[in-house]
Amino acid sequence: MTRSAADVTRGRPVAVRCRSVTKTYGSGQSAVRALRGIDIDVHTGELLMLVGPSGCGKTTLISVIAGVLDRDGGECTVLGEDFNKMRSDAKTAFRGRNVGFVFQAFNLIPTLTIAENVSVPLLINGHKRNAAVEQAKSMLSQVGLGTRVNDYPNRLSGGQQQRVAIARALVHKPKLLVCDEPTSALDHVTGQKVMELLRDVASSNDLSLVVVTHDQRIFEFADRIAEMDDGHIEQISGGLGHKVAEHPSESALT
Amino acid sequence: MYATALKMLFRDKSKYFGIVMGVMLASMVITQQGSIFVGIMSRTTATITDMGWPDIWVMDPKVAFIDDTKPLQTTALSRVRGVEGVNFAAPLYKGQLRARLDNGEFQNCIVIGLDDATLTGGPPEMLRGDLSDLRQADAVIVDYVGATTRLARANPLPNGKPIPLAVGDTMELNDKRGVVVGISKNTRTFQSQPIVYTTYSRAIQFAPKERKQLSFILVKTTPGMPIAEVCKRISETTGLAAYTSREFTWKTIMYFIRNTGIPINFGVAVGLGLLIGTIITGFMFYSFTVDNLRYFGTLKAMGTRDGTLLRMILLQALVVGVIGFGLGIGAASWFGTSMRGTPLAFVMTWQLLFVAGSAVVIICMLSAMLSMRRVMTLEPAIVFKG
Repeated sequence: MTRSAADVTRGRPVAVRCRSVTKTYGSGQSAVRALRGIDIDVHTGELLMLVGPSGCGKTTLISVIAGVLDRDGGECTVLGEDFNKMRSDAKTAFRGRNVGFVFQAFNLIPTLTIAENVSVPLLINGHKRNAAVEQAKSMLSQVGLGTRVNDYPNRLSGGQQQRVAIARALVHKPKLLVCDEPTSALDHVTGQKVMELLRDVASSNDLSLVVVTHDQRIFEFADRIAEMDDGHIEQISGGLGHKVAEHPSESALT
Repeated sequence: MYATALKMLFRDKSKYFGIVMGVMLASMVITQQGSIFVGIMSRTTATITDMGWPDIWVMDPKVAFIDDTKPLQTTALSRVRGVEGVNFAAPLYKGQLRARLDNGEFQNCIVIGLDDATLTGGPPEMLRGDLSDLRQADAVIVDYVGATTRLARANPLPNGKPIPLAVGDTMELNDKRGVVVGISKNTRTFQSQPIVYTTYSRAIQFAPKERKQLSFILVKTTPGMPIAEVCKRISETTGLAAYTSREFTWKTIMYFIRNTGIPINFGVAVGLGLLIGTIITGFMFYSFTVDNLRYFGTLKAMGTRDGTLLRMILLQALVVGVIGFGLGIGAASWFGTSMRGTPLAFVMTWQLLFVAGSAVVIICMLSAMLSMRRVMTLEPAIVFKG
């Protein structure tokens, strides 16, 4: 059974709200306008995919949403907070508590075991070391790697490493998960499994997911797909091809 | 997070060993060369430091260092004895005389003539015989190193080892007979010349005739009297220079530092060690940080504060510094220990360790600062760049 975008977003609170968000790299004639007025909302429990050609601004938008890059203009609130109005340390602490990251290149620290890698967000949030590692092991069991907790990342396959990265992104129970090309380094079957995992986690934890991808094979997992081009959102479709709106306005988004 | 920082460091074995080796090399070179420098400097003052007894050394005002003797008139001794605060004053002869060896060769020796009555200023330790044996006719005491090396007698056997000078042997000093009555243990002197102790009056007989032959006056102050005050009184009353043992030691050391190439030679070696250590360590540590930049960025994106990242890098630098420093001074100590008994001058002092430790701190801080600058200017958005 498929769900429409309206089904997913109806009645659910907005986790991320972006209005007229702009971002320009450089200045003068060499300036690159990466975002040219983005309007988009991400709802609790929703899996939103950002798609589009390279250089269209997907990664810039996900960076702004995740609070690792400051926007130049417009408004953007995440869980009701505006990153641009927060001090650096407060922003960092907010990210640590509320945002999970899954990266294209996994970014697992190669000199830590996978349990230690997964425990890092808990340590950042002040958990005791032993408790953090135990919780990390439990999380790894949930992603099917309970027997590999003492292995180093380089001993795992790409799919396994991405599962570790997902475990790391979820272990501290964030409210927003941002994923950058989570399946691009994986084969089709593994990519499907990773997306199933993300989909299940999102729906069961009321987690908002924003996934940047080029991989059309995983579009089926999206609740909504935002197509970007040249710093704009061209259209937002419902998952599985259900179109929600073209040139979305604020009313259409909410 | 600090345990995580240490794991990141320790488990990157090649880089970790490289950084530690850099610090170790720098510590070892600085400590080893420094210890040799201190060893040589301490030998320049061996005559003073081996003679722990006097509170004050009195000499001609023009004397620049211990080997620069400018004899005084014997009346100077009486004048010094008359100064208030002087409890006891003894004459000391110090000069270089030629000893004639069995094989006909000559060897320059340091001859020290002690006060006939009290024998004050004698060697720090006797290995054979007794200091009072100097009261025997023609008696001399020879230091162990001199007796076993430069003053040793030729072995009649082909390729046989030289036979050390022993108690009862005779030697010829400036055509005058001396009988060895004891062997002493002394600190090697700067030129490693044999040291021959005898009485003051006999030393005067051994020495070529000169009008003035009193090299130094050794003074013990009256108990409770400030030594500096007595020095001042002696200078004012007699016109002679009077230094405490410590002052005279430093005067001698400073003479060698100012007037010889020793400091600059060792300074270059120490500086080179510091430079090489800084370059190797700085490069390796910076390279370690750059290699981990993506992970530092990841940690930053995941919510690690800048201050925590800085402390993680500082901790890594501190740990490699402590381990490298420990290994470095360990290697330098091993070198010093293995060279014990050889002519090598090697004295490792806590001050030297402090200097080497400070140098290591500078090396590690420079390395860490280079790395921290990269991490501080790191945009966490780097994590989304493929």
